[in-house]
Amino acid sequence: MSAIQHIAFRITAGVVVLALIGGGGWAWKTLNTSRSAVADDQVTLAEFTTDDEDAIARGNYIMRLGDCAACHTRDAGEFAGGYQVGTPFGTLVSSNITPDPDTGIGTMTERDFFNAMRHGQGSKGMLYPAMPYTDYAKLTDQDMHDLWAYMSTLTPISHNVDEDAGMSFPFNIRLAMAGWNALFFDNSGFTPDDTQSPQWNRGAYIVEGPGHCSACHTPRNALGGEIASRHMQGAVVDGWFAPEITSNPHVGLGDTPTEDVARYLKTGSDGVAFAAGPMAEAVEDSTQYMTQDDLLAVAQYLKSLPGSPAVAPAPIPASDTAMQAAAQSYEVNCSACHGLSGEGIKALAPGFAGNHALLSENATNPIRAVLVGARAAHSHMLPTGAGMPSFAWKMDDQDIADVLNYIRNSWGNAAEPIGAAQVSEARATLGARDKIIWSEAPSR
Amino acid sequence: MANTRPKADVVIVGLGWAGSVMAEELTRAGLNVLAIERGAWRDTSTDFPPAVDPDELRWHTRRKLLQPMSVETTTFRNRSGQTAAPVRNWSAYQFGWNVGGAGTHWAGMSWRFTPWDFEVASQTADRYGASRLAGLRDDGLLLQDWGVTYQEMEADYDRFERIAGTSGKAGYLNGEKVPGGNVFEGMRKREYPTPPLKDTHWMSIYRETTQSMGYNPFTIPAGNISQAYVNPLGVTMGPCTYCGFCDFHGCGNFSKSSPQACVLPALMRRPNFTVLTETEVLHAVKHEDGKTVTGVNCVTRDGETFFQPADIVCITAYQMDNVRLMLLSQIGEQYDPATMRGTIGRNYNYQTCASVSGFFSGAKMNPFIGGGALGVQIDDFNGDNFDHSDLDFIGGAGIMGYSTNGRPIQNMNGLRPGHKRWGSDWKQAYARDYQEAANIFVQGTSMPTRGAYLSLDPNYKDRHGQPLLSLTFDWNENDRKMAAWTTQKATQTMQEAGGEAISSDNQAAESWNPYKQHSSHTIAGLEMGADPTTSALNPYLQSWDCHNVFSVGASAFPNNGGYNPTLTVGALAIRAARAIHQTYVNNPGPLVEA
Repeated sequence: MSAIQHIAFRITAGVVVLALIGGGGWAWKTLNTSRSAVADDQVTLAEFTTDDEDAIARGNYIMRLGDCAACHTRDAGEFAGGYQVGTPFGTLVSSNITPDPDTGIGTMTERDFFNAMRHGQGSKGMLYPAMPYTDYAKLTDQDMHDLWAYMSTLTPISHNVDEDAGMSFPFNIRLAMAGWNALFFDNSGFTPDDTQSPQWNRGAYIVEGPGHCSACHTPRNALGGEIASRHMQGAVVDGWFAPEITSNPHVGLGDTPTEDVARYLKTGSDGVAFAAGPMAEAVEDSTQYMTQDDLLAVAQYLKSLPGSPAVAPAPIPASDTAMQAAAQSYEVNCSACHGLSGEGIKALAPGFAGNHALLSENATNPIRAVLVGARAAHSHMLPTGAGMPSFAWKMDDQDIADVLNYIRNSWGNAAEPIGAAQVSEARATLGARDKIIWSEAPSR
Repeated sequence: MANTRPKADVVIVGLGWAGSVMAEELTRAGLNVLAIERGAWRDTSTDFPPAVDPDELRWHTRRKLLQPMSVETTTFRNRSGQTAAPVRNWSAYQFGWNVGGAGTHWAGMSWRFTPWDFEVASQTADRYGASRLAGLRDDGLLLQDWGVTYQEMEADYDRFERIAGTSGKAGYLNGEKVPGGNVFEGMRKREYPTPPLKDTHWMSIYRETTQSMGYNPFTIPAGNISQAYVNPLGVTMGPCTYCGFCDFHGCGNFSKSSPQACVLPALMRRPNFTVLTETEVLHAVKHEDGKTVTGVNCVTRDGETFFQPADIVCITAYQMDNVRLMLLSQIGEQYDPATMRGTIGRNYNYQTCASVSGFFSGAKMNPFIGGGALGVQIDDFNGDNFDHSDLDFIGGAGIMGYSTNGRPIQNMNGLRPGHKRWGSDWKQAYARDYQEAANIFVQGTSMPTRGAYLSLDPNYKDRHGQPLLSLTFDWNENDRKMAAWTTQKATQTMQEAGGEAISSDNQAAESWNPYKQHSSHTIAGLEMGADPTTSALNPYLQSWDCHNVFSVGASAFPNNGGYNPTLTVGALAIRAARAIHQTYVNNPGPLVEA
């Protein structure tokens, strides 16, 4: 299950309850689309043409910011949909958003398009919140017009998608989403904060709007709604930990220079940490296309967000017996790529010294990397995309806990100890193999 | 053929070093390139990460990165008149069996050939007289120039070194001889991309000894690179850890130059590049005009056959397979030693090698600190770097004190003479001699002869019913004399260094057979040259017979330098690819008139 699938699962779980209360708790506010009346309601996407190359180019950029391709491009062709989102309640399939009139969105008018993108109201009924209209609601009229212009240039692809055929009753009733929206959907557009700089506001717009960063980085409640008080403070999404990206200096971005945050988004690495998993996809499909000004704005905004109370604990002393044994294990198993002093190899393998993403109390990512490996993002500027191999066959749960404790508590690092039980649980969840037990040589 | 795939601008047959470098150059120029690779996809972190790549039993002993002989082997005989027999066990031939080809499992020795190696015929005549050259030819040597000079190759060598990240120290830089580098090398326009590797204990001894003998030692150029490096494709390599599991192994930490570590990360992301793995090209299909090919016939792992049309076909497989594919495609004429007609299969030669071992009592050589291209060499007796006026041979050898590996299984036989090879005597001797042994490698030139050649075997076929390639070869007198003379120089050096129980193994002293060789450098059969009557390819690696067929590999070398072939293969690949996208595609036809 991908990160998107996981979010969809949690949101859909919330819908179970809300389908029941939705009928009574009707909130017109969330269904009001009047601010999208600025859009044309006559010409369909299939008919629409424009020679405004600037608008098309700007729209292409909005597409990158919003990372549409991540869900809508699969084997059927660019933007032709077909990405399957598995949930316990059935399978959702991403739609064909090419201008094909029969199977895509060619019969939508610009107004229909605005309604879908910003208000979650599609041509087939309410959208499921796997589509982040909750964030796209912040998109400005101008950006929406430009995106519309760009969409009109896509090659129509005939690929029929029945988005919710795989959903079982009652989750195939799209109207149920109205209840969820009543509780969790803020239908208003982006409002700049006049007390902040234009750059900060630009960052806020990208992060909270098209970038939909909080979809992964903000924890959700039992009903699948984001917990506002823990905005961007880190969340587990499908076996990955989307780390805290706030001002917290220990586990967030507080101690990372703005330029380095921008470099991470542009290239996939800030020189120490590397994007992997779902964030690697975000870099590859979206953030590497952003302008330097926008990247710096995003970094500035994120670094201004209130952080969690997490502080560095006292590190495990190097004199600890397990730490001493782990130091040797580190040298044998890890140092070839990550360096004897955790310095890593720039543009190839992560450094550990001063790598804040590694220090979260939640150690899902490092445990996962050791058990099943990982692959670094590739980008135009850093095309290597090197891989971390699995050590599941070579190290048992205690070995892995020990070496990760060493990494998280050496070279100035400090983090909560990891126990073998955590590794064991992850090994089971990820389906990683057990350590090979070498049988005794036959005696003779 | 029933199944025909969409046409490609260029089909690359074999995605090793030559194929991947050509594909990089051609896709960057905008051409639509399809590579067809017989082996599987293999990837650093998945297939040979650091915890897996030192598995000597798997990779070195059992050769799991090599193509199994059940897939294809060759037949062998020493001379015409004998019946060639199939090679049925691991041998001198080290066919790749994955994306990356032999470039994945090579050691990493990253030599440029000397200017002399490209012009053995004309330079021999210039220095020693036309009658000397005529005499050598009368003795049966097929001496001929390559049709390209070192100076013309310099930019291509440079480009390949930049892609590979080669470590070394220049010895002849922009007209200046640089002490500490190889002062005998051809002139280079800039320093190596990364600095030389560090000395092991044995390398220090060897360096001091050869220096004191008046020679010019230098650290050999290495594809096991000394520090992290970003190549011109933007791909990052890591520093060598001196683990010593290089040849026959993949490299786990991205530090051995290979298609995986240097080219594929960039290439695979280009939308105009595609690779079909586990798919074998059976042969090219000739157009009815006889002057071009229309594409290649292929078979998948599952036995499905298809035709792949293309405007240009680049045959960049293993040296043996390049020759075999040309013969199976009936491009050009098979060389016949009786009539001297034909050029395909001609000029076959090998690498004339010897080794000298000695032991140093009480020493701790620590051979577990190693690298596939970790060594100190003298080139004072290589190529034509010394006067051959009073010698009865041409050519020479690089003489190298090396620390390539400390593989525990491989070195079990490296004991002082007189010990048993089993039991407690062996164990005690091995525990001691593992640390005390030191070796010198003598890597010599090889000259082609009239009677050595490649052809299709009349009796044996592969799993698809196509004839195997057959080799007819034995050492020639010139190379035997050269080997004996340079082995003597190496033995003197070992004596001077203080080695005890010295022994030498001059491989040219006995008839060649594929099971005994120290080298895997199998050369020629599609030799390049300026004369279509004595070469299969023109100086741009283009077939004289079908102008849309290019072929790159050690198969294109008319003779062998006293060096490993990889860098020259890579440089020729760049040369051929540049000729294709700069000239050929604009005006398809012969780049050189026959």
